[in-house]
Amino acid sequence: MASITLKDLVKAYGDTEVLHHVEGEISDGEFIVVVGPSGCGKSTLLRMVAGLETVTSGTICIGDKVVNQLEPADRDIAMVFQNYALYPHMSVRENMAYGLKIRKISKDEIARRVEEAADILELRPYLERKPRQLSGGQRQRVAMGRAIVRNPQVFLFDEPLSNLDAKLRVQMRLEIRKLQQRLGVTSIYVTHDQVEAMTLGDRLMVLNGGYVEQFGTPIELYDRPATTFVAGFIGSPAMNFLPATVSAGMATLGNGARLANAGAANGAVTLGIRPEHLLQDDAGPVRVTVELVEQLGANSLLHGKLEGTDIEMVVSQPGHMSAAAGTVMGFVPANGALHLFHAETGKRIEP
Amino acid sequence: MVENRPVLNVITHLVLIIGIVIVALPIWITFVASTHDAVRMTQAPIPMLPGTHFWENFSQTLLGSGLSGTETAPVWRMLLNSLTMALMIALGKIAISLISAFAIVYFKFPFRMLFFWLIFVTLMLPVEVRILPTFEVVADLGMLNSYWGLSIPLIASATATFMFRQVFLTIPDEMLESARIDGAGPLRFFWDILIPLSRTNIAALFVILFIYGWNQYLWPLLITTDTDMTTIVMSIKQMLEAAEQSPQWNIIMMTALLAMLPPVFVVVAMQKLFVQGLTETDK
Repeated sequence: MASITLKDLVKAYGDTEVLHHVEGEISDGEFIVVVGPSGCGKSTLLRMVAGLETVTSGTICIGDKVVNQLEPADRDIAMVFQNYALYPHMSVRENMAYGLKIRKISKDEIARRVEEAADILELRPYLERKPRQLSGGQRQRVAMGRAIVRNPQVFLFDEPLSNLDAKLRVQMRLEIRKLQQRLGVTSIYVTHDQVEAMTLGDRLMVLNGGYVEQFGTPIELYDRPATTFVAGFIGSPAMNFLPATVSAGMATLGNGARLANAGAANGAVTLGIRPEHLLQDDAGPVRVTVELVEQLGANSLLHGKLEGTDIEMVVSQPGHMSAAAGTVMGFVPANGALHLFHAETGKRIEP
Repeated sequence: MVENRPVLNVITHLVLIIGIVIVALPIWITFVASTHDAVRMTQAPIPMLPGTHFWENFSQTLLGSGLSGTETAPVWRMLLNSLTMALMIALGKIAISLISAFAIVYFKFPFRMLFFWLIFVTLMLPVEVRILPTFEVVADLGMLNSYWGLSIPLIASATATFMFRQVFLTIPDEMLESARIDGAGPLRFFWDILIPLSRTNIAALFVILFIYGWNQYLWPLLITTDTDMTTIVMSIKQMLEAAEQSPQWNIIMMTALLAMLPPVFVVVAMQKLFVQGLTETDK
């Protein structure tokens, strides 16, 4: 078990910097999810911790040891790859045992550890099979097993669920979380799926274009997103953004509608309201021209435009709802549900 | 394509049968010729049905001195020479190509691509083109009339290197990374992961290279003068011109028949792996 410290971490390929001064403290046993759109550098960050990519500048510490120059094998980590990277010519047992065999651990000990991991992952009946004879979920488990038997200080997951179908993904997500809680191993998990990120992580690191946008608990990120990027990325459906001008606590939208409780900001801002925080109210200030209603059963998603403008909006309402295209409906934001962001920098303005 | 038209069936069968006859007739004639005595083979028309002298010819060819009235080595000796040479060439080529492909794909060193293209360019220099300088080198090294001389100049292989390079490129990078995290060094990775994963390709290449080695004619002809080092393929030609007598077709054809057997055996034995190696793409 160990903590991980990232200090002023930079990665550049030639002149192109892909990770900019990443900072992070991960405490012992914590489950960290690194999340961001593709190309944001999240996999690069993980691979740097793993030792598969060199560090351009800055330091990575695992425990209290700087590991920048260490080979992956010497960092006491285990990694689960997106395509599992199982050795196709080895049986499940050999796959799990390979790393231990190289470390010259005694045969009995290897057998004991492999069987223990197989029991945890319910892989017992498949130990003598080859990876190609297993289903996607089982392969995924073998990849996890390979990580567990090593008994490492850190688990690294590189989008391990993205090759599974939706149902299995939800199931494996839970299993990974339970397993991590049971073993208490510090973990870094990379994904582009915000639902996965929200459900798995103790804390989330949101990366965008090589910058850390925000690093905090899922609820912090949901309640108080630091930037418009985080606000739009976390939560589904995504937050509505409306350009507005604020003076004396009143926000004026593009179509002249006025909202109260807009906080201490002044001048041009971007106003954020989550779809689920708009309450139907015929006299409400936020008036939406309906284009389409998606009935999801438990709730309904109303897609439309802010009346008189071209700004796309989504409103989520509990229960069933129907509305003809073209009707205008009024909504009022729930108490304290307005997020204000600087119009240019996109940074959060605290109310 | 599933079609069920009787006329088409007849035509396709006809075409296939004609093809088989064209390929098989010379082999049949070889077999028939090896079952008659020498006298019958000089009379026209040549027989089309097997005779009764098969075992007699067989033992004279394989164990005896081959052609009567000459001092050539017995055919078993030539078969052994050919087999040794073909095996040395095939295994040597595979070993060297595996190592060079490994270096080119998995290591970053200065002028890597230059070396790759240099190897590639040697495709344009088969033995026949560089035969004089190669002969000179082999002669200077004192390797004339030896298995080393027969095989070493033919061992370097651009084709096989290129093929293994392609095979290695299909193996996902994660496999290497996974092995690195498992603590496997380069040689371990090579032995434990790469070789088992290229098993079918190695087998396919072995078949091709074995036959390539077995069929060598010009090079053995040039560097072996000792009758004990004669290979079977060159001996067939020598038998035709032997000692100013009319060709003993029965013995020559028996030799040809024996020369065909080992390649056939290799192909039949490794057919499954051979096909897998050439068609399998996923790793």
